[in-house]
Amino acid sequence: MQYHAPATVKDAVKLLASSKGSTQILAGGTDLLVRMRSGFSEPETIIDIKRISPMCKIARDGKGFSIGAAVSSSEMSENAALTKAWPGVVEAAALIGSTQIQGRATIAGNLCNASPAADSVPAMVAASAKALIRGPKGKRSVAVEKICKSPGKTILKKGELLEAILLPAKPARTGDAYLRFIPRTEMDIAVAGAGVCVTLDAKGVCTAARVCLGAVAPTVLLLPKAAKALIGSRIDDTALDALAAVCSAAARPIDDKRGTKEFRTHIAGVLARRAAIIARDRALGKS
Amino acid sequence: MNFQPGKDTLKREFKTVGKRTPRPDGLDKVTGRARFGADMTAPGMLWGLILRSPHAHARIKKIDTSKAEAVNGVHAVITSADFGPCPDDVLDIRENVMARDKALYDGHAVAAVAATSRAAAKQALKLIKVDYEVLPHVTDVDEAMKPSAPIINKKLFTQGLDKTPTKPSNVAERFEFGHGDVDAGLKQADLVIERTFKTEATHQGYIEPHACLASMGTDGMGDLWCCTQGHFMVRQVCSALLGMDASALRVTASEIGGGFGGKTTVFIEPVALALSLKSNRPVKVVMSRSEVLRASGPTSSTSIDVKIGMNKDGTMTAGDATLRYQGGAFPGSAVPYGAMAAFACYDLKAVRAVGYDVIANRPKQAAYRAPGAPMAAYAVESVVDELCKELNLDPLDVRLKNASSDGSRASYGPNFDVIGLRATLEAAKAHPHYKAKLGPNQGRGVACGFWFNFGGETSVSLNVSADGTIGLSVGTPDIGGSRASIGNMAAEELGVPHDKIRCIIADTASLGYNDVTDGSRVTFASGLAAINAARDAIGKLCERAAGIWGIPVDAVTWEDGAARPSSPNAGKHEPLTLADIAAQAGATGGPISGHCEINAEGAGVSFATHLVDTEVDPETGYVKILRYTVFQDAGKAVHPAYVEGQYQGGAVQGIGWALNEEYIYGKDGRLQNAGFLDYRIPVASDLPMIDAVIVEVPNPGHPYGVRGVGETSIVPPLAAISNSVSGAAGVRMTQLPMSPPKVLEALGRI
Amino acid sequence: MFQIQVSTSINGDDTEFSCEADETLLDVLRDRLGMTGSKEGCGTGDCGACSVIVDGRLVCSCLMLGAEAQDREIETIEGMADGTELHPLQQKFLDHAALQCGVCTPGFLIAAKSLLERNDDPTEEEVRYWLAGNLCRCTGYDKIVRAVLDTAKDMRKPAKTKKPTAKKRVKA
Repeated sequence: MQYHAPATVKDAVKLLASSKGSTQILAGGTDLLVRMRSGFSEPETIIDIKRISPMCKIARDGKGFSIGAAVSSSEMSENAALTKAWPGVVEAAALIGSTQIQGRATIAGNLCNASPAADSVPAMVAASAKALIRGPKGKRSVAVEKICKSPGKTILKKGELLEAILLPAKPARTGDAYLRFIPRTEMDIAVAGAGVCVTLDAKGVCTAARVCLGAVAPTVLLLPKAAKALIGSRIDDTALDALAAVCSAAARPIDDKRGTKEFRTHIAGVLARRAAIIARDRALGKS
Repeated sequence: MNFQPGKDTLKREFKTVGKRTPRPDGLDKVTGRARFGADMTAPGMLWGLILRSPHAHARIKKIDTSKAEAVNGVHAVITSADFGPCPDDVLDIRENVMARDKALYDGHAVAAVAATSRAAAKQALKLIKVDYEVLPHVTDVDEAMKPSAPIINKKLFTQGLDKTPTKPSNVAERFEFGHGDVDAGLKQADLVIERTFKTEATHQGYIEPHACLASMGTDGMGDLWCCTQGHFMVRQVCSALLGMDASALRVTASEIGGGFGGKTTVFIEPVALALSLKSNRPVKVVMSRSEVLRASGPTSSTSIDVKIGMNKDGTMTAGDATLRYQGGAFPGSAVPYGAMAAFACYDLKAVRAVGYDVIANRPKQAAYRAPGAPMAAYAVESVVDELCKELNLDPLDVRLKNASSDGSRASYGPNFDVIGLRATLEAAKAHPHYKAKLGPNQGRGVACGFWFNFGGETSVSLNVSADGTIGLSVGTPDIGGSRASIGNMAAEELGVPHDKIRCIIADTASLGYNDVTDGSRVTFASGLAAINAARDAIGKLCERAAGIWGIPVDAVTWEDGAARPSSPNAGKHEPLTLADIAAQAGATGGPISGHCEINAEGAGVSFATHLVDTEVDPETGYVKILRYTVFQDAGKAVHPAYVEGQYQGGAVQGIGWALNEEYIYGKDGRLQNAGFLDYRIPVASDLPMIDAVIVEVPNPGHPYGVRGVGETSIVPPLAAISNSVSGAAGVRMTQLPMSPPKVLEALGRI
Repeated sequence: MFQIQVSTSINGDDTEFSCEADETLLDVLRDRLGMTGSKEGCGTGDCGACSVIVDGRLVCSCLMLGAEAQDREIETIEGMADGTELHPLQQKFLDHAALQCGVCTPGFLIAAKSLLERNDDPTEEEVRYWLAGNLCRCTGYDKIVRAVLDTAKDMRKPAKTKKPTAKKRVKA
């Protein structure tokens, strides 16, 4: 195995395009090293992106935030502006693994790992995040919900790497939240997860919403029908009940060691409901 | 000088015993210096890795190791063929450490390699070709008992029946314990409740994986360094498997990173020795976490029926239980202990417990803290709780009414000596926890538990140095602070400060045989042996003083760390301290030491009562532990901080067992959650503080009244938590673990 | 396979080692540098027994490549005491009997140190969540949590104004 730690994105792309055999990007490494140890992944080349300084930074401009692909979840939590704007995304990133894991794990890696249960992904999707992809042919940005094709597979082409996650500037009276269910309080993979982002008008009526479920399908589910259940309401009990029903109906989970189909289906609605309440209260400035 | 049960006085003022002194191994453990199983290396050392079966049940038709042997850096490849004949009593262990004709469970070892690097060993493992014929398998205990089940061992005929069957089955043995007319007792009852319970297998979950370093020479001598609960056991078993003289193999116990019963047998040690023998190099083998879960010894999964009769006043009229435990691919589950312990808390006129030891395509079970008892107590204490609810009776009052007490006949045969069950119940009743208010969706659970405690073969040496300080060698690996407790007992007896004694775990060449650290026996038995060894040394110290003074030895007494004339008639002599006498040892007859070799009896059974409050989220089925209090009889708490630690640790392992821990097998018979990610042991944020109340009802079988405390604490939690959750959810739970899907299902939400 | 040469700082000491590209920092510490204080309980980041601090941040050394250590500052349990003076957490763990078998202890101490460097007045809940990635099977965590809370209390007393440094470690 070869290990490279390029200093620029350009060099990383060059290495990636020229490398032969299986090549893996090493960001936080908290998934990759586990896969390597268990023998699931035996890369011939590893490209460590943590020496590329722009990829280790959170940048902010009028358009929003750019979170470099090597930024750890802990660094996100420590960024006051980001936490204020997108608490749901930051909290989702802070749910990944332990303190130790959060010191290394990145949301870009969480996305590229393409697990249906990734905690940060439904939150990013709800927040309308985009992935900035860099390849031999230049840059492109793609909505986060379009990145994963199936468990373990992304749309990234040979030579491409994810450079940053882009979060828009937060619209007025907008709040986001992410909740997941695990059997313990920490350290588990989501049995189901729900990211919700809502925008309210001055009267507290929901004008826009995005609802995204994790771990209940091969990829995360962005559910316009669930958003519809909220739009036009004050996100009251009736709307929340409708939201929960739509989410449970849309879930098409599997039975596995982490939960049964029935449980995941039920819990998807419960989580969406609870997350929507937090998102609403945040949009109202209550929390 | 040895302690005579019943003759020594129990009531005494202690100077060192009962104090929270620093532990002798403490500094090493907070600085990273302590050497555990995997921390040792040797010159020329090779790395050993083990190839394991991916099938739950398969015939091994052929193993081709030629390609593995050709890998650069590989010095030895072994299979079962490298283990020769061995005595019958270790046949199952031999087959468990390396499969012969069949792989009997997912993870069963089939071959091993030793190479100069882990990478080379890993590469070689991949090149070993095993030709398997996959056979039908069974992992569930009830399924394994069906006549239609795949037969795992064609030579297994159920023992313990009136007539041994002629057809083989997966039921290894039937056991029965009890007394009185159970059917008549049940008939007398105002209310009889009968329930069936199931519990999944759990793992001890020690944080340190099995690890060892073996060095075998062509001269037939061997050295083995390993993390184990009993290095003398390791020596016996490994020398038998390797066909060598027991004394030619010296085993040194490393620091041990948890065991809880799981390190009371061998897995990798014989493999490492065989690899070392074949390569003529030291070989280190360390299990991965996945290997620990797949191939060391978890506990049994069980299926239990319990029927109990109770009168309206709370009197229990009879108890009846049938317990089915699968113990993995070999006979020897802990079902007899479960059957014996099931009703031990109750003074019953009529009681019966029948146990079935069942084999299945799972790893061979190993002991886990009070082996067999938690599941039995779970079933019995759940039915007792339901009876109390149905009859509108207070669960502590009912237990007090029926509790076993001094002299009462135990459900498993003997009559109890002085016991502390009642004292723990009374302590629970008087505790503010029992009166605290509960909120919505909250419940309180009560349960009692019993464990036998063991004594066993023990050998201790106590050596007096020339400066009067003491080296104390014991042969029972220290798994949670026992060096401190044993040292303190010797200090108490000698009348010297605790820090003048250094207690170590000596290797197998340095002491007589010692049984394994199990059965909560170490503080009791090694402590008793240390006290006796101290008394032996005191006898010698008094002789030396008598010689120095020129008076008869019976005119000398030992008090406060010094020899003194026993009466004014003996003459006027200044006391001679231990250090004074030690300084003159050479001139007065040579080194002074004390010894004790015993097969300790009188361990003194132990009881506990647990109180737990939980809250159930009715929308998700999540159970939160709100408050937990343990009341347990320690006899005499030698080191209260470590006694509390045992109570807290056992309770939390019980919490894990009750709520989330389980072995999950797929339809293919493979373990699906062989890692700490999905084998979910409790983490810090899952828990409240665990209040530990030490009750002391001295054990007449120990000079200081000590009872073992290590195991009883895991017996009540499964039932206490289930009773609490059943109260909070308003529905009776009968399966463990009570994971969120199961709770929601019980609530009828999914 | 050719080995990678790495220059790094471990507990303030300049350290050089060579390792394979796929070797973890934990393997390097234990097998190449003889620093066996960091333990492997799982190798998958689920138990925290291998916790070390890298450039001020708590990580699992089993989930970091040795090669990544180049130019980093690494703190391990072996460097936690300041010469003959135990770190207050080490002393409190002893005082509170916050260890039984002791195999998880190095990881807990390193993790707790990292917490107290960021938060000198954590609540019980904060301690429990910060340490959720460190598994202990013996103690039930009770005495560990108490030891950490008690250390924080003591460390706050003498120098309220003292700002803990999250990143730089004074060489022992």
